[in-house]
This record gives sequence, C-alpha cells and structure tokens, in this order.
Amino acid sequence: MAHPSDRKYSNDHEWVLVDGDTATVGISHFAQDQLGEVVYVDLPSEGDSVNAGETFGEIESVKSVSELYAPLTGEIIAVNDSLGDTPEVVNSDPHAAGWMIKVRMDDPSEYDGLMTAEEYDDFVTAG
Amino acid sequence: MTDALRRTPLYEEHLALGARMVPFAGWEMPVQYAGIIEEHNAVRSSVGIFDVCHMAEFRVFGFGAFDFLQRMLTNDLHRISELGQAQYTLLLDEDGGIIDDLIVYHSGDLEYLVIANASNRDADFDWLKQHAPADLEIVDESDRTGLIAVQGPKALEVITELAGPEWQLPPRFRIGEAMLDGKVPVLIAHTGYTGEDGVEIVCSASMAPAIWRLLLSFPEVTPAGLGARDTLRLEMGYHLYGNDMDREIDPISAGLGWVCPKSKSGYMGSEAVARVREQGPDRKLAYLLVEGAIPRPGFPVLHEGDEVGKVASGTFSPTLQSGIATAYLPAELASVDTRLDVSIRKKTAKATVAKAPFVTTTSLAG
Repeated sequence: MAHPSDRKYSNDHEWVLVDGDTATVGISHFAQDQLGEVVYVDLPSEGDSVNAGETFGEIESVKSVSELYAPLTGEIIAVNDSLGDTPEVVNSDPHAAGWMIKVRMDDPSEYDGLMTAEEYDDFVTAG
Repeated sequence: MTDALRRTPLYEEHLALGARMVPFAGWEMPVQYAGIIEEHNAVRSSVGIFDVCHMAEFRVFGFGAFDFLQRMLTNDLHRISELGQAQYTLLLDEDGGIIDDLIVYHSGDLEYLVIANASNRDADFDWLKQHAPADLEIVDESDRTGLIAVQGPKALEVITELAGPEWQLPPRFRIGEAMLDGKVPVLIAHTGYTGEDGVEIVCSASMAPAIWRLLLSFPEVTPAGLGARDTLRLEMGYHLYGNDMDREIDPISAGLGWVCPKSKSGYMGSEAVARVREQGPDRKLAYLLVEGAIPRPGFPVLHEGDEVGKVASGTFSPTLQSGIATAYLPAELASVDTRLDVSIRKKTAKATVAKAPFVTTTSLAG
C-alpha cells in the first residue's frame, strides 16, 4: 500500500490531512505494519490540547506498545472513539477509517515542515 | 561483545515466508509471519506449525538411567515405565529451586530422551553430567535434532495423512515412530504447548526443512511464530521458564506440586519441596484477567494501592480479547476473584484473579 500524497507525514510516522485549519491525524501504513495487529488505542479527550512533538496517546499491539506523537500544536476537536471497540481498523484502513484525532491548528506553518508522501517513502526505506 | 545468534535448520524457510526474526535465548527465531493474532487463531481453529528446533535434546542411556533420572527429576519415572510414555517434570537444585522444566520420554530400553528449554541447555547438561555416575551416557543431541510442533484441531488429520494409512497415532503423552511421506523417518510425540491437540515431530536436523515444506503443502496449515506460541500457552496457563519459574522459585509456589508426587521422596530438592508443601507457600503464582490494556512482564500488581507483586508473564488473549497475566502474589491474595490492579505505565488497569486455564474451549478440553 502506498502512502497517499494528499497529506504529509511526521518523523514519528503520523500522517496529517489538512482541511482549512483542521488537521486529521493518524498513523501511517508503514507504522501499522511495523506494530502488527493493534489491540488497544488510548486517545486523549476532545478539548485537550496537544503540542507538536509531544505524546498524545498510546497504541498497543500484542508484542509492543508505542507512544503517539502529535505532529502539530492545537486543540483536539474530535476523537475517533470507535477505535476503542475496533482497534484493528488501524491495521486495515490506517489512512481513512483508522484516523485518531482532529486538531484545530494553532500554527498552520507547522504543517509545512512535515514530509511529503514521497519524502516519507524515502525516509522509511532509508530507516 | 555479543555472541552471534544461532540459527535453526529452518532459518531459510522463515526468511522465505517473510517472517519477522528476533533474538530469543541466543537464537534468531521467527516471532511472527502474517501476524500473531492470525497465527494464534489458525492454531485454535485449524493447524499451526512451529519451529522449535532451538530446544535442547539430551539422550540418557545406560543401566543406571532410570535410577539417575529418578534421583534428579521430580516426577515419578515409574509412571512412564512403558516404552514410548512421556511426562512433564522438573529439574531442581538442592534448595528446591527450579533449574528447568522438561519433558522426559521413555524412548528405549535403558534410554530416556529429555527435551529442555533452549535457554537452559548448557546449565541442564552441566548439572546432569556433574551428578551422573561415570558409566552413564548423557549426550547432548540438540544440534543434530530437529523439532517441529504441529498443533491445532486438524493437526492429527494432517499428520495421519503424512504418515500413511497403516500408521498408528501414539496415545496422548506418548511417542512413536513414523515414516513421513513414505521416506522421512521421524519420532512423533503426541504432546504440545498450545492447549490444542497435536504432535511434536522429532527428526534429524537435516530433514527438518523437507518436513516443514511437506506440512506447509497442506492448505489448512499456517506457520506460527514465537509470538503466537506465547499467547497460546498463556491462555492455557502453561508455565514459561524464566518468566513463571527460575532458580529462586520452588515448585509448590509455582503451582507445580502435581509434578512432584507426595509419594516420591529422595530426589534432588525433595526436602525443600516437602517443607514448602507442609508449611504452605508465602507467595503463589496467580492468574490474572486484566481489563483494557496488556499487562507485560515486570509491571507492578497492586492491592488497595500497595504493590504486592509483579507481572511474571503477560500478554493479550486473542480468544478472550482481554489482557491475561501471571504474577507471584502473597498466598492470601492469590485466591480466585480477588480484585487487584496492574500498574500500566501512567494508569492502572483492573485485574481479577482467575482460574487456569483462561481458555477452556480448546480441542483438548473435556
């Protein structure tokens, strides 16, 4: 599966899809593949604020647990609560139904600093 | 400086199947192929095969074999007096500490085959050698021996198909000879570590890849890695050496009194076992169901806010869709339905002491 080019990616393997000042955040196909079958996703609440580079949650597979790092700063305006019951969607549809949070961006220029799909593909191949 | 990891005869097979390889007990082993849960479910519903060639095999042969092993091991070898019988047993030190858990097969006249954990291979072998009479032959055959576990409700159909219509499956906990595909001589043990019915194939290491491929030629067979092996065994409450037992732990505290028959005495560690049995253990291995997170080894177990133990084994149960764990707890807290918490990073998860096995719906149940 390719990483879609309609969005950008962070070093921590989150994707960001922007619509106006709202950024939707999830983890990349590459990240879900590395994790293996996801069994728990621990997300923050609506109204919490997140800071670029800081953790906003946790994702757990049978073998390992990883922290989720916010790619942008802002306020959380929506959380994908359905992942509580169906965490496996992060594996089956990481770039759409597996989204995690929506953030109202404080500083849209942070988005510009992220990697394009092409740059991200190079990043994970080199990694 | 680290020693190079060892590879089993099936290493190339794993790479070809796209396995994710990890270091385990000094070996480079497949942790998963398609995914731990998928492989776990394949074993619970069909057949999974596991490379367990890293495990150690010792052959103990001679006129003194029975007396020696009866003195070194906890279980009563009289219970496997017939050729082909097998038993689960423990190797203890003088203080009753567990050196290893083993399966012993009565493989021939005056001969026993011992299968041991890879991580304890040298310790076991040295311990046995050190205590053995000079005229007893104890040979480490691990390098030339292959071991493949075939487990799942359809495992016996597959093995019967491979062994041919004349072949007789040994009863449960027995080992017998077979000729696979008409040309590969093996021993087949009707044993396993998953809670499903199935066998373990003991073969010459050089034949292991051919047998592995024969098994995979059946569409119902899925290769399964160490990840699924761990989730499967923990769902059954089977112990794992290094997590659930070690030299600091006696068999009674570990809940393994059933492999230390009261009727047997005079074996290495037996006085310590009798003492703990008499006094009752201070701490006992308990089984925990944990809600909403995966309890991993080392996580603190809390009772009313106080730490009372640590997770020994812990994982996610694909069958129950819940966290499951073992932990050594003060005996008074180890009884079923006791409410506890497990500290999981920044939060706590609710835990309840449960009865083993966690899963009671396998092909071996009932």
